[in-house]
Amino acid sequence: MIKTGLVSIVFCLMSWVLPMAHADIKAYEFAEPEMAQRFVDLTQVLRCPKCQNQNLADSDSIIAKDLRGQVQKLINTGQSDRQITEFMVQRYGDFILYDPPFNKATLVLWLGPFGMLLIGLWALWFFGRKTQNQGAMLTPLEQQQLDQLLADNQTPGRD
Amino acid sequence: MNTSTKRLLMLSPMLMAFALGLFLYKGIGQDPTKLESSLIGKLLPQFNGETLASPSRSVTQADMLGEPALVNVWATWCPTCRAEHEFLNRIAEQDKVRIFGVNYHDQRPAAQQWLQELGDPYVFSVFDPNGALGIELGVVGAPETYLIDAQGRVIDKLVGELNERTWPPLRSQYLRLIEEAN
Repeated sequence: MIKTGLVSIVFCLMSWVLPMAHADIKAYEFAEPEMAQRFVDLTQVLRCPKCQNQNLADSDSIIAKDLRGQVQKLINTGQSDRQITEFMVQRYGDFILYDPPFNKATLVLWLGPFGMLLIGLWALWFFGRKTQNQGAMLTPLEQQQLDQLLADNQTPGRD
Repeated sequence: MNTSTKRLLMLSPMLMAFALGLFLYKGIGQDPTKLESSLIGKLLPQFNGETLASPSRSVTQADMLGEPALVNVWATWCPTCRAEHEFLNRIAEQDKVRIFGVNYHDQRPAAQQWLQELGDPYVFSVFDPNGALGIELGVVGAPETYLIDAQGRVIDKLVGELNERTWPPLRSQYLRLIEEAN
């Protein structure tokens, strides 16, 4: 009973807070409507450096507000998306990008899964090959002994 | 294929799993909020601001050069800044460490009063009410402390409280810089 109550309270709060987060973006003014779209896109892919897992659009922290203002300013002064991203990386490092670039620090992250796949394929090939070959591993002498045993076994009335 | 290479091959998936385990284990103790600073090794950004003490006194990054120093980002709304303030007073007075303040997202009267009441360890504080200098420095929050050399190159950066525990690593670098400067 209390639990249901709590859940409904949380839902009420969410329905109140979430539209606010969107309304916030409308407070930024741009020279052209196309710029507003770029602002929305950029603040989605740039991470708030103070938060662990929120983008600039989502976060209410001081730094996220400042950086939203900075993105707006840079867009309005005619900077390209790439220039703005570079501006942010220069100051806050790769952490600010949600899409991590390919470099020394992210090598394992990018290539790890392919490495795992290769190891798996190699293991399949390696162990599969071994079982297939097992029949042919007998020396001529062993083969002779085996034939003998099988032949003996087929002789009727031997016990 | 002889037995020892075969055994090694059999063991290799285990060894690889072990290596991966080590790699992941290394990450366990790491603080995910600790970010590498892209400013380290670079010169202080150029800025033109006013001091906290007086709106008419303009300062630039050039006013922080000449000797190794600390640049401390602080605000009256920041509890950790309050916690480290006494320590800043102490190293400024006893060890004669040059400290410059960046008063971050704050109000002038409140910040001035804070320094009057708690003591002023700073040569001067740059008044940065809207965080513009903060963005140039790559400040994420307060407090942050930067160690700069005499030419204004950023040598190291501390995010969080400066105290007896966090100061020694910075101090040894600071002393080395002082030695080099003389």
